[in-house]
This record gives sequence, C-alpha cells and structure tokens, in this order.
Amino acid sequence: MIGLVVVSHSAKAAAGIVEIAAEMGGEGAKIEPAGGDPEGGVGTAVERIASAIERAADGDGVVVCCDLGSAVMNAEMAVETVNIGDEVVIADGPILEGVLNAAVEATSPQATVESVVAAVEAARDL
Amino acid sequence: MTDEDAQREALLDAIESVAARLAAEKSHLTELDSAIGDADHGANMDRGFEAVVEAVEELDEASVAEITKTVGVTLVSTVGGASGPLYGGSIMSASTELGPGITAETAVAFAEAYLEKVQDRGGAQVGAKTMVDALTPAVHTLKKSIEQDDLAPLEALAKAVDAAERGVRFTTPIRAKKGRASYLGWRSVGHRDPGATSTLFILEELLETAEDHLDGGAERDATATTTPDKTPEADGDGVDGEGTDAEGG
Repeated sequence: MIGLVVVSHSAKAAAGIVEIAAEMGGEGAKIEPAGGDPEGGVGTAVERIASAIERAADGDGVVVCCDLGSAVMNAEMAVETVNIGDEVVIADGPILEGVLNAAVEATSPQATVESVVAAVEAARDL
Repeated sequence: MTDEDAQREALLDAIESVAARLAAEKSHLTELDSAIGDADHGANMDRGFEAVVEAVEELDEASVAEITKTVGVTLVSTVGGASGPLYGGSIMSASTELGPGITAETAVAFAEAYLEKVQDRGGAQVGAKTMVDALTPAVHTLKKSIEQDDLAPLEALAKAVDAAERGVRFTTPIRAKKGRASYLGWRSVGHRDPGATSTLFILEELLETAEDHLDGGAERDATATTTPDKTPEADGDGVDGEGTDAEGG
C-alpha cells in the first residue's frame, strides 16, 4: 500500500491531520506524522521526516504532504537522504484536504504513487 | 606544515570564528527575525554552529572537502526550519568543489555551487528579500574579481563582502516575496532580512580568517598588504559602481 507522510511545523497539527485522515482512509491506511523542529518546537526536521518516510514505506511507495515553505525544503532533504527502495514523492496540495483525499485513494487496490499524488493535487479544487 | 595542514587549520579557524560570531549575534538575528519571521533564526544558527564545532573536532585528519561536508550535514540535522536545508544542504552539495583543496578557483566554484543550490532549493530570486540578496552579489563579485579582474584572493573576498553588505542594506526597503516574511506583505518593508544578515556575518568571518591566514606566511598574497578594512572605502555607488554590484540587480 502507498504510505503517506504528513509534514507540519506543528507536531500537534501533523498528528491531528493524521487523526482525521485515518478516519477517512479506514483501518488499512498507512499515515505517519512528522511535525516539529529538531528540538520538538515549531518547525520541521529532516530526521523526523526521514524516519516517518521509513515507517510509512512498505515497498509500494510513499507520498509526502507538507504545510509551509521550509517543510517542503526539509522534506526534499529527507527524500534525498532516506535509504529505502520505495519511490518517494512530495505532493503539492492543501495539506488537510490533500491528505484526506490521498488517504481515500491510497487504500484503493489500484492506487499508485501517481494516483495518490493526483488525489492530493485534486484537493485544491475542493 | 604542509599546504594541506595549513588549509585544514584555516578552515577550522573559520568555522570557529563563524560559530563565535553567530553566538554573539544570536539575539540580534532573533530580533530581526521576530520583526518579519518566526523569531528563531539567531537561536537556530547558533545551535547549528555549536554542533558543527563539536562535530569537526571529532574529525581526524579529514580533508577540507570532508570537513566542509560535515559542516553541512551537521547543520541540516540541527538547525531546523528553512535554514537547515538552505545553509546546510547547500554547503553539503558544494563541498565536493573543494576536493582539490582551497584555491581561488575552487573557492569560486564552491561559492557558485552554494548559490545555485540555495536558489534551487529556496526558489528565491534577487529582490525577494532573502539571503539570496546578499549572496548573489557576493558570489558574482568574487567570481568577477578572481576570473576577470585578476585580483588577489583576499582583495576579491573583501570586495565580495562589500557587495554582500550592500545586498543586506537592499533588503530593508523591499517587500518579501519568499519565506515566512512574505505572509506579511507590505508589513515586511522597512526591516532588514535576517538570512541576508547572517550570510553577511558568515562572509565577514571568512574574510577575517583569510586575512589572518594569508597575511602571515602566504607569499602569493604579499601584495595585498593594504588590509581591506571592513568599512568599505567607497560607501556610495559612485567610485566602483561599474558592474561589480550591478550584476546582482
């Protein structure tokens, strides 16, 4: 199954979005939060994101959703440094709606990394 | 002392000077960042460079490229926010340019690779009120001074620092288009950009370290005895305005 990673400046926001999305995606969805800076304050951290990607990966690929600017940069660094076989893609869309859409798509048996990314992007029109 | 040892020593000195400067400017940078950002730039950079000093101390007989790479890797994992990837990630990728050691040519290649990565990652152009506003004129001036004007490395670096200083001043009256400050729109006008400012501090410390290390024994720079003071000789644009800083804008 395609894994999802939610990157937010706030660990609480990341956990909250995962909570809402897990309800949409049901039991099967694999959604991991990665929020907070290296010391747990407001911000993002490459290592936190990289380990969330590793947890979310089961061989089918991972889609990462981010909130503000530096979350995207740190996610890019994490994608570059993470050492797994899975395809990992950062999807650009509204983080809450995008992750909800993606959670629904990811649990479909036909889901691919591309279709999950498209689901995140489609959330712009919600 | 071999050339390699001397370079390693100079680099380690530079790292310590940058760390000390950022520690001293911690509250200043945080103050700048609290006006238009999230008030963490001073603390983040200080934490990062404190970790860097510890990390490079543990290295044994590493090459200058390896030391530089360690600086980048450490910053990425300790700074947080956009500064981690922007400063650390860019140093990491540019470090390979120092493979042959530190020369005028590899310094230019390093600076260009660093700027390219910063722009690539951050997506900011000149005029967006970011570190790019200090970095771009500095890198272009360094390159031109070395490659076209054939200046001694110290002189070229001093000119680059002056260009960065003008770039920092340029960030005050403009509106932010990138980074957290861009959410403030016109309210960002009138504040100096913290990232451009810390970039200038880093460059000033590199220059100072280079002066210490090149003035002493290096015969190739014996001509550069007119110590380039930190206060630029021409404050306005009149005297040396033919191109050095025009490239940035």
